[in-house]
Amino acid sequence: MKLPISWLQDYIDISDYDVEALAHLLTMAGLEVNSIQLVGLPMPEESTHEFKISGLSWPKDKFVVAQVNEVLPHPDADKLTLCRLVDDEGEHIVLTGAPNIYHLKGIGPLEKPLKVAYAKLGAELYDGHQPGWVLTKLKKAKIRGVESSSMVASEKELGISEEHEGIILLPDDAPTGMALAEYMGDAVFDIEILPNNVRNACVYGVAREIAAFTGRALKPLDLRYEEAGDSITGQAMIEITDPALNPRFVVGLLKGAQTVPSPYHVQRRLRLAGVRPINAIVDATNYAMLEIGEPLHAFDYDILTRRAGGKAPTIITRTAAQGEKLTTLDGVEHTLEDYTILVTDTAGPLSLAGVMGGLESEVQDNTANVLLEGANWNYVNIRRLTKKEHITTEAAYRFARDLHPSLALDGVKLGLRYMQAWAGGTIAKGLVDNYPLPYSEPVNTLSVDFVRARTGIPAITAREIADLLARLDFHCSVSGDTVTVTAPGYRKDISEGVVGKADLLEELTRLYGYNNIPHTRLADTLPPQKPNFGFEMRNRLEDLLSALGMTQTISYRMTNPADEARVLPEQSVLDDSHYVVIANPSTPEWTVMRRSLLHALLKTVEKNSRVDERIAVYEIGPVFLPVAGEKLPNEEHRLALALSGVRERGSWNRAARKNDWIDFYDLKGVVEAMLQLATAEVTYEPAEHPSFHPGKCARVLCGGVELGVFGELHPQAAEHYTFGKAPVLAGEFDLVKLIEALAPKRELVPVPNFPPVLEDLAVVVDEETSAAAVEAVIRKGGGDLVTEVRLFDIYRGAQVGAGKKSLAYALTYQSMDGTLSDKDAAKIRKKIIGRLEYELKAKLRE
Amino acid sequence: MTEEQTNILDQLEAVRAEALEALRGAKDENDLLAWRARYLGKAAPVMAAFQQLRNAAPDLRPLIGQKANEVKNALEAALTEFGEQVKQARLRASLAGDKLDVTLPGRQPERGRLHPTTQTLREIYRIFAEMGFQVFQSTEVELDEINYGKLNFPLHHPARDMQDTFFTTDPDVLLRTHTSPGQYHAMRHFHPEPIRVILPGMCYRYEQVTYRSEIQFNQVELLVVGENVTFGDLIGTLEDFVHRMFTPDTHIRLRPNYFPFTEPSAEMDVECFICGGKGCQVCKHSGWLEILGCGMVHPNVLRNGGYDPEKYSGFAAGMGPERITMLKHHITDIRYFWGNDLRFLQQF
Repeated sequence: MKLPISWLQDYIDISDYDVEALAHLLTMAGLEVNSIQLVGLPMPEESTHEFKISGLSWPKDKFVVAQVNEVLPHPDADKLTLCRLVDDEGEHIVLTGAPNIYHLKGIGPLEKPLKVAYAKLGAELYDGHQPGWVLTKLKKAKIRGVESSSMVASEKELGISEEHEGIILLPDDAPTGMALAEYMGDAVFDIEILPNNVRNACVYGVAREIAAFTGRALKPLDLRYEEAGDSITGQAMIEITDPALNPRFVVGLLKGAQTVPSPYHVQRRLRLAGVRPINAIVDATNYAMLEIGEPLHAFDYDILTRRAGGKAPTIITRTAAQGEKLTTLDGVEHTLEDYTILVTDTAGPLSLAGVMGGLESEVQDNTANVLLEGANWNYVNIRRLTKKEHITTEAAYRFARDLHPSLALDGVKLGLRYMQAWAGGTIAKGLVDNYPLPYSEPVNTLSVDFVRARTGIPAITAREIADLLARLDFHCSVSGDTVTVTAPGYRKDISEGVVGKADLLEELTRLYGYNNIPHTRLADTLPPQKPNFGFEMRNRLEDLLSALGMTQTISYRMTNPADEARVLPEQSVLDDSHYVVIANPSTPEWTVMRRSLLHALLKTVEKNSRVDERIAVYEIGPVFLPVAGEKLPNEEHRLALALSGVRERGSWNRAARKNDWIDFYDLKGVVEAMLQLATAEVTYEPAEHPSFHPGKCARVLCGGVELGVFGELHPQAAEHYTFGKAPVLAGEFDLVKLIEALAPKRELVPVPNFPPVLEDLAVVVDEETSAAAVEAVIRKGGGDLVTEVRLFDIYRGAQVGAGKKSLAYALTYQSMDGTLSDKDAAKIRKKIIGRLEYELKAKLRE
Repeated sequence: MTEEQTNILDQLEAVRAEALEALRGAKDENDLLAWRARYLGKAAPVMAAFQQLRNAAPDLRPLIGQKANEVKNALEAALTEFGEQVKQARLRASLAGDKLDVTLPGRQPERGRLHPTTQTLREIYRIFAEMGFQVFQSTEVELDEINYGKLNFPLHHPARDMQDTFFTTDPDVLLRTHTSPGQYHAMRHFHPEPIRVILPGMCYRYEQVTYRSEIQFNQVELLVVGENVTFGDLIGTLEDFVHRMFTPDTHIRLRPNYFPFTEPSAEMDVECFICGGKGCQVCKHSGWLEILGCGMVHPNVLRNGGYDPEKYSGFAAGMGPERITMLKHHITDIRYFWGNDLRFLQQF
């Protein structure tokens, strides 16, 4: 909400506050000031500012009120005029091209001199001829032979509005020579109005908050006006169809008004508040709304009468028929839903209740008789309409936040008062006030113990509670240690019961000052602490992978099916039934929640393939798998790993070997290291997975439970990404199973006290025989005394013959009971060899 | 003394002088070995003097023997001393010739790391764990009824405008806009025990992705429920957190705010820890940084969670680990976080 602070001064004296102090006061009260725009007032002096401040200051010696006594023709330019004016220093001749005084040119000394905003030599102001806000400084210059070093200013030049059609003409009583900042300097606060704070979306609401927080006197609203016309009774009738949707409807009648412009200060304040001035009638409705927060609507009474066939109009409020149409005053035709509340008359719809007036019955250029509406509406219906039709109006903004019905009456009175003052006319006696559903103010009881226990304010008394709440107009009565509190008759955000008490605690602590509450440590019982195995193991897994040289990444969880299909060779796009689908995606890139963490990680590899020659990354996170018959998807947490690039980075003394890329066994090494301390035996089996090379893909099992798969990316899948030359190795694991496999359950294997026997063994086997099979046979043959089997060489070639390979192992024999002799070792070796020959037809290679 | 006597003794003295002179000329261990062979070996003159001792007159023998011993010992001592000098000199020469350029780069093992958000989350977990808060997690795809309804956002309430929501094609299901649905889940899980948890996790809001706003972001939420929890406890707990997360003398301030699920509600600012409140670019010259929203759990939320709001009270607070990371490391563009550029990630 934009609020010119000069307006506050009408209701509370804040003249001793500088703009920042005032903004601070409001912010700490919960009315956060987002920014301050200076319109004349001086910039606060401190170099650091709590608030974003922009705009223009009008130094007192550079900007003053001046009086133009005569408008003279320019000797050499027909469109320009010369003002003979007086300021605080004397008489000056000032050049201007303002069209709004052009008609006074050459008529001699003015009978009614003009009051203008005068900027002197050296003044800094906005360039009126340039778009946007460009600062310029007044310098001595000659324009067509006439010296020009000062100017009479427009609103744009002073930073008040975009208005640059003519110069500002101030009221006649503006004191000549007075500093302009003193006369009408202002600052506009942009205040954040919280959703439950609609009562403060107006000048009077903000003034009331300042009064509550400073203890200063709030001037009462002046709702008086003269009722000189006939009684309104019989001139307008109101029928409310559903009081739950329209609890109150008030109208007043003004006859004989004129559609003249409003006084200058009204127009200026409206512009500063972001509302366009139209004429005195319309401006009065807007001005009253900005002042006390009740949106008003002015109907042309004669049009209503005409629609009623010449009789007194009857206003009927009802919901729309499904599909009913209405064209609003912005020219848009709306097709309405049946929850839309309409203001109608006997001839049909007039306006969207609480949202926007209709085109037909709005105030015209020649309107003289005005029926002024102030009403109260159910916020839910207003909100549904504005959401559906995407309408944002000042009225809808306020009604959608639930206004108090008392404002309808005050609003009409204030509106009539201003309308008559600025547009003239005669106000009919009385108002029509149809109020079928009166709102009763909630009453709550607070005990001192409750307040102390919830706020932590230790010694607060019933009297202090009552005094604090009374500052915001709560009616409080104290009885012993309890305070009975009735909410003021202008707000609807206070409930009853336990919620009402919380509402009151909020107001109480706000007034007490959040920052005055003593800071304490939790003294309440510590809850029972529960195991959190999955969470803790996940942290350990992250640490483990980082220790293995892997960098953790976090990707966007949204994707689109076509993009995700890249992870498969044939790129078959899954239909939406496989996905959690976003109903309102922000971009076509992000239409569903991901199913593949592997794909997300491959995108990271893709992105970095030109950034780094060696990539080692992992990601842990959920994938989202819809479950038939369930509302929510299965959020399966996974681990994805990827490696790609050079095995070793080149160094000053270690040249990078060409094409020495990371391969399957590097990734397998990471997986092995990760699972080194697994709870059960970890085994690797050849696996088939569409994303991976059919010959370079393994399944990992721990105690027979599959944990995941990894391998070299299938070349056809890899083609769908922009990778570097190196193959990409990747894998995807089930996080829950992985974490179970890594549970810290291992029992210690005692460290032997006797020396081991080390020996090498090379065997020739068929090419098809797997290394795992050879190792298994070695272990079976050697029994428990074989404690380590390490493959250190594989040889293929002429020496072993075609279709054969030689595997060389370093074996460790170790007994816990004593030192093994050469004879013992030979015995073990013999058993191993016998097994290998028998089971694998292996031959010892000497 | 006879001439013979004098002759032998003089010869021994001459040998000593000659040998010591020769020793000074030795340059390396080979010279020393040759010297030892010559002056202390079996054929050396001193050794010969011992051989000749039996030919000498018996009364002269002690004198000559004494002298020969004296010379032999002197030569051995000189050898030991000079040998040590030669060894030291050789070592010096060898060290001097074996000098590395220590400014050449070392051979680094590949270093992995946690994502910066994880690092910040871990710090938050650690601080709150020491205050008795356990981590509690819930899902990212959530029911509208829990994300909003159970948290006291009635349908059509203006507070729903505060959070722009990603909905799914099932109108009852959305991407959680905050971690607060975890409040409901935690209450249902812990009821009727008191609660002290933190709720971390990814949240989603319909935003344009810019340097300052993201469609997905982490939140960490605090939830305390008990029979004796005060607003003062909330402020004190947050202050303790701030003193550990930032600096021990960081000031805090609370401003009234509105959240449907807390009342009273507040926004908490910390004094800018970059400039100490004097004003800088990070705090936009205000001296304060807005870091979290908080408040006392709303009675309706307690009731929805199974706790009687007349008996129980509680507080909640929510903060963004990405924002805290950005403030701590002067990161000015939030898009780095999920961009996964290794040049970003490897700076942490």
